[in-house]
Amino acid sequence: MIEWGLYNYWVVIFLMMTGLYVVIARGNLIKKIIGLNIFQVSVIMFYVSMGKVRGGTAPIEAAGFEVYSNPLPHVLMLTAIVVGVATSALALALVVRIKETYGTIEEDEIRRIEADEDAS
Amino acid sequence: MLDLVHLVLFTFLAVVAVAIIRLKDLFAAVMLMGIFSLLSASLFTVMDAVDVAFTEAAVGAGISTILMLATLALTDSEEHPEHNKFQAMPLIAVVLTGVTLVFATFDMPRYGDPDAPIHQYVAPYYIEHTEEEIGVPNMVTAILASYRGYDTWGETTVIFTACVGVMLLLGGHAIVDRFRRRKPPGREGEP
Amino acid sequence: MISHLIPRVLSKLLIPLIMLFALYVQFHGDYGPGGGFQAGVIFGSGIILYALLFGLDEAKEVFRPRVLEILVALGVVLYGGVGVAAIFAGGNFLAYSALAHEPTHGQHLGILLVELGVGTTVAAVMATIFFQFAGRGRTDD
Repeated sequence: MIEWGLYNYWVVIFLMMTGLYVVIARGNLIKKIIGLNIFQVSVIMFYVSMGKVRGGTAPIEAAGFEVYSNPLPHVLMLTAIVVGVATSALALALVVRIKETYGTIEEDEIRRIEADEDAS
Repeated sequence: MLDLVHLVLFTFLAVVAVAIIRLKDLFAAVMLMGIFSLLSASLFTVMDAVDVAFTEAAVGAGISTILMLATLALTDSEEHPEHNKFQAMPLIAVVLTGVTLVFATFDMPRYGDPDAPIHQYVAPYYIEHTEEEIGVPNMVTAILASYRGYDTWGETTVIFTACVGVMLLLGGHAIVDRFRRRKPPGREGEP
Repeated sequence: MISHLIPRVLSKLLIPLIMLFALYVQFHGDYGPGGGFQAGVIFGSGIILYALLFGLDEAKEVFRPRVLEILVALGVVLYGGVGVAAIFAGGNFLAYSALAHEPTHGQHLGILLVELGVGTTVAAVMATIFFQFAGRGRTDD
């Protein structure tokens, strides 16, 4: 018997590990940032799915509704999304500068150029 | 219990994530990121987080796609396979971590459980007192700006700082010189 | 150069609506989904759409980078200023109840101003970041 009530956590963990895998295994810096974004969405998904209450409604006060979903995770994640895009813009700016300096955005290529510079 | 809608959307999300990491063409990967964001926005809507869904739809499908595309225009839009060979070690590490985390979920409260610990402490206070103390129907706004005003103040500062960082990284000499209130130093013997 | 005639004509119709919608989201955030963060992002995407279709120079004429930079800081200052005003009114930092005679009125006023600060900062930050990225490719050629 599968516990379907835990399915949201499993998908969150799957997404988190997908993001983590990209960050560790891929050498392309833009791909790494994409991986970080996937990781970020997984964390947001985790919080929001915990805030859901069965039979609840969106946390906007209205006549005729008694059960509301938990608004606190929504608040925290709402700001996290906007902060996330601002910080990934910063990361992308760094990638642009790396491309201009090294002429590549592949990690091992950058390491090789660094090693060559150290040797010479 | 999960509804069928939740189940399908969660599964789609996982499938799109796999598609994103398998793509070599970064342009296509960025476009799929937009779809990924839109899917998660719809998932947030069915999980009653309308404000979060709104933000995710505007940010993920709009701004962050544009910024990624702008970066691709300035760098490479192709992932070079010779630099991205398959490695077994990261996969093993990630699978092990994942299995451990899945094992830990068996103690977690079930999806939508009203008795979960997260619904016991401050959240009921906010839900009950927002009407009389703040007088604003949207509890998310009330908590964001009033109860948790310090948090939001900090987040705004982070956005401000990130913007300053981007300007310093990409704006170059022009910005630094302007804030020093002097003319840029003549480069390569310019007058 | 491709003229983009149809997108340009359509966007001339759409951009005012996008910005109007952003203002609606901004000031209706107390009653429905929305608030400063969403409104800022929507307003910022309006500016970015204009820059994409009419070119960066044209967009910089309309939304001057200097003004945007000031707005980035102004939003944060407005947020902090409301907090400090609450101190002067006899409350704690960011305790809006002290801002008016009736506590809920103070809360309303405080939330409105704070959200306006957030919206200003976010909109200006999104536009500034895009201008920086878009302007990068051409200056160094």
